[in-house]
Amino acid sequence: MKLSAYRIAANKLRTTHILSVDTESPTVKIFTFKDKQCARANPGQFLMLWIPSVDEIPLSILDAKENGTVSVAAKKVGDATSAFHNKSVGELIGVRGPFGNCFTLKGGRILMVSGGTGTAPILFLAERLTPKTAKLVFVTGAKTREELLFLNKSKRTLDGEKTQLIATTEDGSYGIKGLVTKPLEKLLERERFDMIYTCGPEQMMRKVFNLAEKYEVALEASLERLMRCAIGLCGSCVIGRYRVCKDGPIFTAKQLRENKSEFGISKRGFSGRKIPL
Amino acid sequence: MLASGILGLSAESLGNVVMGGAGAIVTKSVGLKPRNGYANPTIVQTSYGLINAMGLPNPGITEFVKEIREAKSFGVPVIVSVYGFSAEEYATAAKIAVDAGADAVELNVSCPHVKETGSEIGQNPKILIKVVRKVKTVVEKPVFVKLSPNVTDIAEIAEAAAKAGANALTAINTVKAMAIDTETTVPILSNKTGGLSGPAIKPIAVRCVYEIYEGVKVPIIGCGGITDWRDAVEFLLAGATAVQIGTAIALKGPNVFKKVTRGIDAYLKRKGFKSVNEIVGLSHCS
Repeated sequence: MKLSAYRIAANKLRTTHILSVDTESPTVKIFTFKDKQCARANPGQFLMLWIPSVDEIPLSILDAKENGTVSVAAKKVGDATSAFHNKSVGELIGVRGPFGNCFTLKGGRILMVSGGTGTAPILFLAERLTPKTAKLVFVTGAKTREELLFLNKSKRTLDGEKTQLIATTEDGSYGIKGLVTKPLEKLLERERFDMIYTCGPEQMMRKVFNLAEKYEVALEASLERLMRCAIGLCGSCVIGRYRVCKDGPIFTAKQLRENKSEFGISKRGFSGRKIPL
Repeated sequence: MLASGILGLSAESLGNVVMGGAGAIVTKSVGLKPRNGYANPTIVQTSYGLINAMGLPNPGITEFVKEIREAKSFGVPVIVSVYGFSAEEYATAAKIAVDAGADAVELNVSCPHVKETGSEIGQNPKILIKVVRKVKTVVEKPVFVKLSPNVTDIAEIAEAAAKAGANALTAINTVKAMAIDTETTVPILSNKTGGLSGPAIKPIAVRCVYEIYEGVKVPIIGCGGITDWRDAVEFLLAGATAVQIGTAIALKGPNVFKKVTRGIDAYLKRKGFKSVNEIVGLSHCS
């Protein structure tokens, strides 16, 4: 048998039972299930999750354990995620993946910036990276305290002396009042970082990218686009000459520099037409 | 050349395919009006191929004109795939594409998963002839017709298309297929049925090309499951003068085009052929 045929087969849809559902915020739930392949995923990779008879959606991997369990966080934003939120323990879902590249695991002095459900892959990265880093500053933001995600989990992960957790809320109900980018400028002025990792709303990441450029710090950002095939064929998720599903979802500052007219500004809609973010 | 439907909605991603060695590019099928396509799942990965039911997502030919213009800068022929819900719609879309610089148009009369277009046109010789004739009256560039394998006799349809004035025939589009998940007992694709591509359909495609070659004089472009040079040579021997590659990009990346063309060259040299033309349809002599 050709290796090529095997590679398509290797990523077949698998159905699996939901093992646990945890309510993380009024709009976000964490789902845990068993999937051997996705349990081997690296931070930054994503999977395609099938809600039978409803839809299939891309989700970042929040956690992948040696015992074969995988966790994802889903925010209720539309029909598909609402149907997903209505699922309970024991019900069947489908999984394809893991897909895409991953964050590079860099040691040294690290700055992580996340917003909303974008915190999922960043926290997964933090867990894997903490033993390697000299310093890790984790900045996470949300609109309000109750939407600040994975706060307890973050505190547990970032409890060492060389780690620091900074939270921001737009309404000031927790941590620093303002956008997640607010404390960044001061941090970057004061300290030297070797790498910035970011995931969240793209306009937020664009601001982080601009700051990284200003202070000449390396950066990797995790992008999201409309996904259909997830294997680099259909072209739904393209940004410039890159396919987010295959060449991404993690992009370096150098790659983002090539796509300044799209990054944080536009994406392709269902018809392939460019639409504002 | 690149097969239609793969990475063909933006000029920049078509550019990547050209860098990978494609000698020509066929865009994703474009119609008069924008279409969003179907809800996910739009693809199923099976053991030897992919089943897709994208639902012809496209921004509409008027919006697509700028991608055609940009794609022209890559220095390879740009073939625009068009579809319509009537002969007039095919003709209008084809004309706009050619006016924007398309070197040829490929009529999608074989998409197996959208009603009232695609294979519903390509399965009926009478309607097909009408569509091809109409397009031929409005465009001066070559008109390719992409044929469906989901017919009783593909040679008959091929002859009808050739008689109506098609300048080349692309064989084949995907094979109508479906997949059901055993645990949930439901069909996986949101459209329930879709089109199978990839290594699974190569033997069907080779047979189709072989049968068409017996009856028509116009060039045949072989398409369906080509993954390496040996697959491509098989199509040439069956009677194709060119081949298209699509699904294999998922397996081997855009550089698959370079690998296949190098492989064909090495084969020709090893077997003592002076030109690729010497092997087109060679199997019919045996």
